[in-house]
Amino acid sequence: MGANEGSLLDKQFQQVKKQAQQQQYQQMAQSVKPKQTWVKNAVAAFLVGGSITAFAQIIQNIFQSAGLAQKEAGTATLMIMVFLGAFFTGLGIYDNLGKFAGAGSIVPITGFANSIVSPALEFKREGFVYGVAAKMFTIAGPVLVYGFVTSVIIGLIAYFFQ
Amino acid sequence: MPGVKKVGQRTIQFANPPVVMATASIVGPKEGEGPLADCFDKIVQDTYYGEKTWEKAETKMLAEAVEMVIKKAGLQTGDIDYLFAGDLLNQTISANYAARQLAIPFFGLYGACSTMYEGTILASILVDGGFAEKVVAATSSHHNTAERQYRYPTELGSQRPMTAQWTVTGAGAMLIAKEGSGPRITHATVGKVVDQGIKDPNDMGAAMAPAAADTIITHLQDTGRKPEDYDLIVTGDLATVGKALVEKLTQQQNIDLSKNYTDCGILIYDPSQDVHAGGSGCACSAVVTCSYLLEEMIAGKYKRILGVGTGALMSPCSCQQGDSIPGIGHAVVFEMS
Repeated sequence: MGANEGSLLDKQFQQVKKQAQQQQYQQMAQSVKPKQTWVKNAVAAFLVGGSITAFAQIIQNIFQSAGLAQKEAGTATLMIMVFLGAFFTGLGIYDNLGKFAGAGSIVPITGFANSIVSPALEFKREGFVYGVAAKMFTIAGPVLVYGFVTSVIIGLIAYFFQ
Repeated sequence: MPGVKKVGQRTIQFANPPVVMATASIVGPKEGEGPLADCFDKIVQDTYYGEKTWEKAETKMLAEAVEMVIKKAGLQTGDIDYLFAGDLLNQTISANYAARQLAIPFFGLYGACSTMYEGTILASILVDGGFAEKVVAATSSHHNTAERQYRYPTELGSQRPMTAQWTVTGAGAMLIAKEGSGPRITHATVGKVVDQGIKDPNDMGAAMAPAAADTIITHLQDTGRKPEDYDLIVTGDLATVGKALVEKLTQQQNIDLSKNYTDCGILIYDPSQDVHAGGSGCACSAVVTCSYLLEEMIAGKYKRILGVGTGALMSPCSCQQGDSIPGIGHAVVFEMS
């Protein structure tokens, strides 16, 4: 029994020692990591994201001045922006924009279009069923699922507390 | 009782050091714009290489590299006893499909990015042991096939962190023979799988560095050598982050690598090529070893090189399940007499 306890203690001691060693190494790894360029990224995201949304606003204003109601003009603008996001993904431009702008081109709805069109394009070679259709929502899927879940929760809150 | 060809803990000392009779390297367009462009045998300008898919292009490059190395040695495919090959794709399809068309007795390997060195060690063992006269070790990787398997679709507009590495597109092959002229393989130190708990798949240099350092330290202990005994010590694909960590880890054991240590992932690209930390992938150590390093040895610049092929042995599944990334490093000594 004594020997058993000893080996158990020894095992625990080894485990603690290993964890400490791993922690020490992870700190060292952290210290040599190149710095992320936060300021440059934030400026790029602000400029590109701002330009995309300003462009969308111009389109919406054109639709409104042509006689569409605000809500309908908004829907028409979304359709145009989704098309443009998909179109520039197809041309192979949107990924380069994303590399530069980060969240600036991911957050607007053009980025949503990019997240659906890029896997669809990529997996075309695996066929239209198991490739395009099955893989299309690998990135956008989680956004949709949790978007719907959130809207249901908000809807319930609004229903019960109004 | 240790065999006569084994020294220390886990180093093989070849009794009749096998010869690297010939090497071949094929790379993609980005590598062809890098600082080693003049060293490669062939630069392919199209990532599809005339095929319908990137996977087929990778297979084509691998098969061509094997054919090229056989031709460069003045031999026929039938003269080759065995082929060791592997790659990064699921079920190592690039290697299997290349072997399908080559019809050479074939061993498929998976050592992630360390595959070239794993194959080189195994091929040398066969040759030194008298089981074969001529063996080819080869490997390939492709930036786009790796991206779509391990990360995101290539057209997705996302930003990569600064620690991320760029998978090299290309294939390298080495013909190892019993007799002939060329650099000889004198020692090999087989790597242990080492895991220090790094979980970020965008920081593979940090995940592999402890394994590489462990192998280098053990190799020096086993052989009783010092870093100065080598003209160059070179790791496979640790890039800037991993290289800095290997230097720190070896320093803790009072081993100074600062004078003659570099990494294939740093050599293959210029910092202006926007590859973040540097190159990675099976082809990274393969094409640099099978071109620049061994050519410079033949040219007389280096007499003795310690190469350490490094691999990160994770899969997208293990990363998603929250497991850490194990690494491995296989060392080979090339010597020009």
